[in-house]
Parts: sequence; structure tokens; C-alpha cells
Amino acid sequence: MAQPPRLSWRLATIRERRNETPRAKTLVLEVPDWPGHLAGQHVDVRLTAEDGYQAQRSYSIASAPEDDALELTIERIDDGEVSPYLTDEAVPGDQFELRGPIGGYFVWDGSSNAPILLVAGGSGVAPLMAMLRHHRATGSKVDARLLLSARSLDDVLYREELDALDRPVRVHVTLTRDPAPDGWRGFTGRISENMLTAVGPEPAVAPYVYVCGPTPFVEEAARLLVELGHEPARVHTERFGPTGG
Amino acid sequence: MPPISRGFRRRHTDVDSSRLPPGQYETHDFPVLSAGPTPHRSLDQWTFDIVGAVTHERGWTWEEFQALPSETVTVDIHCVTKWSKFDTTWIGVNVDRLLEAVQPIGDYLVAYCDGGYTANLPIADVSGGKAWIAYEYGGEPLDPQHGGPARLLVPHLYFWKSAKWVRGLRVTERDEPGFWEGYGYHNYGDPWKEQRYWSD
Repeated sequence: MAQPPRLSWRLATIRERRNETPRAKTLVLEVPDWPGHLAGQHVDVRLTAEDGYQAQRSYSIASAPEDDALELTIERIDDGEVSPYLTDEAVPGDQFELRGPIGGYFVWDGSSNAPILLVAGGSGVAPLMAMLRHHRATGSKVDARLLLSARSLDDVLYREELDALDRPVRVHVTLTRDPAPDGWRGFTGRISENMLTAVGPEPAVAPYVYVCGPTPFVEEAARLLVELGHEPARVHTERFGPTGG
Repeated sequence: MPPISRGFRRRHTDVDSSRLPPGQYETHDFPVLSAGPTPHRSLDQWTFDIVGAVTHERGWTWEEFQALPSETVTVDIHCVTKWSKFDTTWIGVNVDRLLEAVQPIGDYLVAYCDGGYTANLPIADVSGGKAWIAYEYGGEPLDPQHGGPARLLVPHLYFWKSAKWVRGLRVTERDEPGFWEGYGYHNYGDPWKEQRYWSD
């Protein structure tokens, strides 16, 4: 394997802050000399307070490698230290330190023709969105399916963009908490074996599977996928949740 | 000089920062990280083996392993994803006891696991009372999510070195990168030197 780019701290400048859901915002960043990334990788962010205190957290990259800016989608964790600053206080023009890209396993680079199945819990869709954006940017013909579990329709990240995706990408949403809106044609309730079977592709075609979300969601989804017959070695997992701060 | 983020401040001031390596924060949960599905190994199919560059290869069944003298240890653990957890209590077998039985010839080892995960370590870092094969956490059998039936416990290194679902150690004469070490993470992983990634 080729040695990845040296990981040094770089200065990121916020170009734009976009509201995604009531709890999540996307920061569009200018990062001079960004070495590029693969869809699915993450970065470390380091903030410095006026008294010199520093804190670091990891965030998935939501933008495609082809996009002209680096995008991070941050979900606000109410008692967190870093995320409330990034979602509530940081504004365009502000700067912080960032390094990456990090992680070489939970990635999809489009070099295989195998279908992909993406399974997301809540804001776990962010690194999977990078994969779908990479898929779109490259005009990939790979059969790609997304199952996104969200509490309510308002909690669905990138909703308009997901709605606009077309074959060979298929997007399925399940709403787990609030009553579904009138006319809702998607799934409701927690992820299940039947839901995964309906979404496909079937294990026999050996898709690469990427699961990302809070730990209980990932544990359950990965367990169901293996029970359905997916090869464990093809099921990639990434977890995050409130502990991400 | 790093830019100052005005309005950003320390939220938790009650942390014993002398126990917190650089760039870490304290958590009271026990987060789970792994690259794939959690394997579930039944105890009657579990064995622990030490193989490779050793004088005598040796294996233990679950029952034999349980019969080995165990130790209770309380340690702080540090995950490369930035969380640290203080005063975690484990029961397991001191790796010194296991190495005595095999007499290593090589200076390195690769811990190998159900699910295909591996992690590499110098023998020196699992000798001298620095590492255990742990099978109880917090007074309970170790949960599969956290690496049960048994995991390596090497608290002085970032926690990915404490390989979950460990099934054996392969002693090697040369250092061979494990799973995360092959994906850009640091080969050694000392949290106090903040050795997170290969170039740190």
C-alpha cells in the first residue's frame, strides 16, 4: 500500500455554513493544499480557546473527492464541547486547525464493480453521502442502495439531494419515531431483516456493505446483515454518537 | 500560533488533566469501535494459542485458560479516537504467565482475532506486567461488543492495540504491521507522545 500523505495540521477557513436539519449543519471549508481524500474518510479538528485550552474531535468528510471544498456535517451534541461551538458559534471567515484524511478501511473508491449497500443511522449518513456524491461525480454505473434510518423526516440529512438521486442509486428511508407524514411511502420503524431484504441487493451478489451510525444501530444492522448471509468481511462498520462530543 | 476560536471554551473543568494524554477527553461511557460486525464465539470453540517464533508452541482451551492464575487490574484506557476512560477494572491472565510457557524467540508479536483483526506489538510491551488477556470487565464476563470472550489489554498504548476477540499471539522475528497499522495509524501508538497516525 502506498504511504498516505503526511498528516500535518492545516488551517481551515469556513466558507459557508449550511443548515441541514434542526440539529445538524454543514461547514464548507477552504483548506489550502488539501491532499485529497477518499469517500468515507474523516478528519481531526482541533480548536484552541482564548486561554490556550485545546480540544480535538473527529468528523467524517461529507463531500466527494471531486468537490472543490471540504464539507463536514456536524450534529449538535447538547452537552458536547466541540460540536455546539461548530454548529452555533462558528461563522464564515472563522478558522480552526484540521488534519487528515484519516482512515483507509471505511472507504469506497469506485474501483470495483461490485454493488454497494449503505446503511445509515441518523447523522451516520455523512461519510456514506461522500460515497454517493463520488458515485454521482464519476457517473458510476455501480448498483448503489442506501437505507437511512432517521427519527423523523425533519431529521433526514441531505433530503433534497437524496430525493434527486436516480438509478443506479436507490434511496430508502425509514422513520423510527414520529408518526409518518400523510402519504409517506417509505419504511417506518426500526431496521429489520425484512427491510434489508426489501432494500437489497441480496447477499448472493456479494455487495460491499458500509454501516455507519450510533453503536446500538451499527451493532443491530451488522448482526442482521450477517444473519441474512452477508460475508462479515464485506461489512464495514463505522460508529459515532454522543460520545463524539 | 493556532487561531483562537472565540466563544470556544473548556466545558468540563473537573477532569484530572494529569491523567489525560494530549488531545484526549474523559468519557464515562464505554464507546465501541470496530471495523466490522461483532463476532460471537462460543466458549467450547474458543482456544488461545501462542505460535510462531517460540521455543514451544502452546494452546489453551477456555477451561484451561480459566484455570490459569488471574489478576484484577484497574487502569486508565485511551482510544485513538480521543476518548479516555479512567479506572476501568478487568480480570485476566498476565501475558508474562503465557510467555513463560512458550519461551519467545522473536522480539515482536501479532495478536490475531476472530473477525480477522490483527495488531502488532513488541514483546517488550506485553512483558513485565504491562499486558493481560482479559475476560471480565466491571465484574461481568466481557461483552462481545467490547471484545468478549477475551481481549488483549495493553493499557499503556492506544486502545486499538488491545485487540478484541483475541484468539492468539503469533511471535515474529520482524515487526509486521497489523490491521489499523496498515491503514495509516501509528505503528507503536504511545498516547503520551500522541502517536496517532503513521507520521506522528
